[in-house]
Amino acid sequence: MTRQFETNDPWSPAGQRLASRLLLGSAGYPSPAVLGEAIAASGTQVVTVGLKRTLGSGQGTAAGDNGFVAIVRAALQANGARLLPNTAGCRTAHEAVTLAHMARELYDTSWIKLEVVGDEYTLQPDPWETLAAAEQLVRDGFNVFPYCTDDLVACRRLLDAGCAVLMPWGAPIGSGQGLRHRDALRTLRERLPDATLIVDAGIGAPSQAAQAMELGFDAVLLNTAVAKARDPVRMAGAMAAAVRAGRDGFIAGLIAPQAFAVASTPVDGRPFLL
Amino acid sequence: MTHDPAPVLVNGTPQPWRDGLSVAAVLAERGDPREAVTTALNGRFVPRNAREHTLLAPGDALTLFHAIVGG
Repeated sequence: MTRQFETNDPWSPAGQRLASRLLLGSAGYPSPAVLGEAIAASGTQVVTVGLKRTLGSGQGTAAGDNGFVAIVRAALQANGARLLPNTAGCRTAHEAVTLAHMARELYDTSWIKLEVVGDEYTLQPDPWETLAAAEQLVRDGFNVFPYCTDDLVACRRLLDAGCAVLMPWGAPIGSGQGLRHRDALRTLRERLPDATLIVDAGIGAPSQAAQAMELGFDAVLLNTAVAKARDPVRMAGAMAAAVRAGRDGFIAGLIAPQAFAVASTPVDGRPFLL
Repeated sequence: MTHDPAPVLVNGTPQPWRDGLSVAAVLAERGDPREAVTTALNGRFVPRNAREHTLLAPGDALTLFHAIVGG
């Protein structure tokens, strides 16, 4: 009989107890129905959403996204999950602070994924503007989840500013490159043992999500790898399984790599040399 | 010689200004459901409960945002 290890291993970003360690983005799915099924298959309890400038007249504003957000809200209600609005598209702290306040009103949550981009090609976050925005938003009562790089000192400054969680990138957004700087992420985990750390962006494969969890990260946030998969619902389930496997691997304890072979079968010497 | 006052910009589209024009009035004329949009005036957030008494001046820029999917 297979012994099932129930990963009774909740975590508490910003004081909210959650069982799932997979956060899912809601953009780029082929249809609202597929998005809803992917949310269900992933078991996620945190889904990211955005804000967009309203075009044209107000008629039909509520359904201006063709019903995707309504599906997210319905899926979350069924799942007991939370929304995590972002400040995507912002280039300055001032923009991000304004957009965060708008998101809090629109989505009725104080959680904010703070995104302030400093480079158009890599969409790399701007550490100075991100920190300035984080300081202001913490003063304004937000639970700030900043999208950041794996720079240890920048991350420490964000924690000092009162951020609830840090979300270092694995690789540029949507690139699917996985963990480009695994050593830097490992250092981050080692040097910030008490921080809640989520690898956000760049994850393209379940194996990469598992790697992040094996490093001891608390959770993984991804979007494109699921939304653009040939079968997003199946990929959502695969990512959930990978995150669980990686987390269990971390808790179980990975063996230390060795430079040479270490015989696993406990024989004494060579069988035919008596 | 008098000049017409500068229009206001609603999401970048010019719209005639008039004395006493509030953020709430702009939304009502557009037909935006009250809770479906969130607003900023000249880059500063205007909360729902301030829309009635927040008046636009000629040349002001009102920006409206709504919920969308995101990563």
